[in-house]
Formats: sequence, C-alpha cells, structure tokens
Amino acid sequence: MRVRCPFCGERDSGEFTFHGDASVRRPDPAAPDAMEQFFKAVYIRDNPAGRYEELWYHGGGCRSWLRVARDTRTHEVFSVDFAGADR
Amino acid sequence: MRYSLLRLVAQAFKGHRGWTPAWRDPAPKPSYDVIVIGGGGHGLATAYYLAKNHGIRNVALLEKSYIGSGNAGRNTTIIRSNYLLPGNEPFYEHSMKLWEGLEQDLNYNAMVSQRGVLNLFHSDAQRDAAARRGNAMRLCGVDAELLLTDDVRRMAPFLDFDNARFPIHGGLLQRRGGTARHDAVVWGFARAASDLGVDIIQDCEVTGFIRQAGRVVGVETSRGEIRAQKVGMAVAGSTSRLANLVDLKLPIESHVLQAFVSEAIKPLIPGVITFGAGHFYISQSDKGSLVFGGDLDGYNSYAQRGNLPTVEHVAEEGVAIMPLIGRVRMLRSWGGVMDMSMDGSPIIDHTPIEGLYLNTGWCYGGFKATPASGWCFAHLLARDEPHEVARAYKLDRFATGHLIDEKGQGAMPNLH
Repeated sequence: MRVRCPFCGERDSGEFTFHGDASVRRPDPAAPDAMEQFFKAVYIRDNPAGRYEELWYHGGGCRSWLRVARDTRTHEVFSVDFAGADR
Repeated sequence: MRYSLLRLVAQAFKGHRGWTPAWRDPAPKPSYDVIVIGGGGHGLATAYYLAKNHGIRNVALLEKSYIGSGNAGRNTTIIRSNYLLPGNEPFYEHSMKLWEGLEQDLNYNAMVSQRGVLNLFHSDAQRDAAARRGNAMRLCGVDAELLLTDDVRRMAPFLDFDNARFPIHGGLLQRRGGTARHDAVVWGFARAASDLGVDIIQDCEVTGFIRQAGRVVGVETSRGEIRAQKVGMAVAGSTSRLANLVDLKLPIESHVLQAFVSEAIKPLIPGVITFGAGHFYISQSDKGSLVFGGDLDGYNSYAQRGNLPTVEHVAEEGVAIMPLIGRVRMLRSWGGVMDMSMDGSPIIDHTPIEGLYLNTGWCYGGFKATPASGWCFAHLLARDEPHEVARAYKLDRFATGHLIDEKGQGAMPNLH
C-alpha cells in the first residue's frame, strides 16, 4: 500500500501510523446527552467494508496528520489531504 | 460412522472404499429452532453444543463459503489459558479443559498437542508482570511456572539470550498450552454436529434479516428465506457488515492480521515461544514448518491480505529472538480479518434486537477460545442467560465502564 502524502509525495505505508476513524468528532460536553454522545464517539464504529475516511500520521516523513480515503476491501487509496483542512 | 482402530483395519481390507462423508450436505429447510450464522470453529462449536448440551437439534448452520474458510483456517493454531484478568481467565481455562477432552468427545483427531507455551521476558519489570500473571492464573487453578534464564536455556538453547538490547531473563511457561490442528477442529465439530442432526449449509450467504414487530424471526439468504426462533451470529471480521443489515452499530473494527509458515525443517522448537520485547509468536507444526506471526497491520481492512511493512517487521522480530532462522525460507503468508473489539476482549451476549444473539470481538485470540465460545454461546442461545464463565462478555460493558482490557491499551482496537 502506497500513500501519497500531500507534502512528501508517494511513500510506503510503513512510514505512517494509523489512527482510526476520521469522522469521529469530540462531542459537546455541555450537551444534555453528552454521556451517550461520548460513549458513541469513543466506542461505536461504522466499520464499513468499502470507502473509509481515516487519520494517518506521517511519522516517518513530514509528521503531518493526514485524512486518507481508502477502500477497506482493496486497500486502494482514493485521496489524501491534510487533516483539519476541511474544518 | 464411529472412527476407531478397528474400523481403520477393517477398511484397510476393503481398500478404504467404505468411508462415508464426515458430514451431511442438506438443503435448507424453511424453518429451524435456531440458526447459527458462520461456519468457522465458533459457529460449528455453538451448533454442536446446542445439540449435545441442550438437546436443540433442529439447528441450521449457515456458511457463505465453505466451512473453515475464514479465520478458522488462517490462525497460528495456538491454545493456551494464560490470561490475567478475572473476566477472562476462567473462560479461557474452561476452553483449555474442553480442548483436553475434545478428541474423545468428538471422536475426531484434532491433533491437540500440549507442548507448552512460553512467554519470554526481557527486563525486571516484565519479570514482575509475568510473575503477577502467573499468580493470577494459579489463583484460578491454572498451571503456570516462572522460568529463569537457565531453565529457558535448557528448553530452547537456540534463543539469543545475551542480546544487548533484549536479553532473555526468563519466561512464563504454561505446560498445558500448545497447539491443535485448525482444520481438524472445524471438521471434527462439523462431523459431530451433523451426526446430532445439525444442518450444515454451505455456500449460503446471509443477505438480510426477516423482522416481525421488531423481532428477528429469520434470515434472507442466497439460498432463500430461512426462519428461526433465534438467530446467532458468529462471523468474526464480518460482524459489522452483518449487523449493519439490522442497523446495529457495534464497538468493533475489522483489521487484518497476517501469519506465516516457513519451509519444513527438522524438529527445532519444542513448544510455542513468544517474544516479550515485540509481538512475535512461533511454533513448529508436525510437518516441520515454522508457524509464526506478529501484530496486526494496524489499519481497518476486509481484504484478507496484508502489506509488506508488517512482513518485514515480523521477520525482523523472528531473527531478533532466534537468529538461526535467518536462513530459513518463508513458504507462505496470508491474512485474516479480525473482529477487534474496543477493549481487546470478546462479546457473547444478546443484541438489543429480540431474537438476535451476538458472538464477536475475538480479536486475534479466537482459535484457542473455540470450544468454550461455542459452549457459552450455545448456553446463551438455549437458556437466554449468560454462562457463568462468560458473564463478563457483555455488549453493554463499553457503556457501563466494565471493560476487560487485558493489555491496558484503551479504546484503540488496532493496538490490542
């Protein structure tokens, strides 16, 4: 599997560390159902077979956090962007 | 047909033409008392113990491919019960005891070989942790021995004892641990379950659930609708995919784990040896191949194959612990899809949907648990209450905080 880092270019996946589901957001602790929301954010996952948005850390390169869209059935990487660019 | 030495001799005189298929190949009936989804070790054991322990013989076992084609055929065949936590240890010891009597019970040679499992330690802190785990095991009535360097040297003189970075200070040995033949376990359970009346239906993929008033009353499959009072899922890495069909979200991620065998060599490794400074485990099969593996690749995957950085890492660990395998050629590697739970421990419980039961979260420790997993899941399906040794494996423990985090990694499924 090769990951095309937007800063470093295409690199071997061994340079990167996986950090899980990129769709998870820290819930608002002041929300009335904060308990339930935090439980879901920490533990419950869609775990799709197919396109998955996930976070990778390029520790062996530019040390950027990246948001990678990848197919979990084929390991095909669709896109790689800096994490947080969408916020 | 009961297997025995007498039967073998009799068949030898008849040119072995009298052997019958080990299990029946029935067409699915319109309805059953219980449907078990997943024809791996866990599903087959569940079906077998439903029939044997609870007298529920009107059971269908559905497998989308052929039985044993998933993780039951992709593991490193290690059996052991050397866990630390009270939620785990009695369960795995129950499994170990079932392994010890399994072949007589099934009338099938599963090649259970109690050749010992040795967990090496490489520092004072690791020795303390090993002593603590050994004591926890002995409190549960399980055998555990703390070995120091000289004891380990006698057992496995080929290890790199004086490695500058990871010297071997000793190991925690469970002599009753060992290996079993993965395929034979599948075939043994299938044959015994089939003899008791369980319908093993292969090439039958579940494509949906039939629901009535919220309750699951059957499944839609590639071979038509099949109804049942209760449906149990034991599908490992495919759990989320299947649960998605009833809009059930679970604390599970699917990850790929690779395993490897080398070419066959003369007897070298006495039992199972694990490296304490990395995650590496190795044993030698009866054919002579070295069977070994390491960590997960680390990213979500349904692909049943991994990538090269992990192959390289595992090979490095192997050479670090026993440099002499550096010249052994790797024969094959493969990958399986693990149902990684958020605390590294399994789930055997009801789902919030009536009529649907869940057996999942085996991470990469599912093989050793096969008999007890089936035993406890059958108990849950038959009696609607958890078995005594599986009481901690509740689905709601993530919400209530009663986690069973053997490794202390937190909610990072790729690190368990």
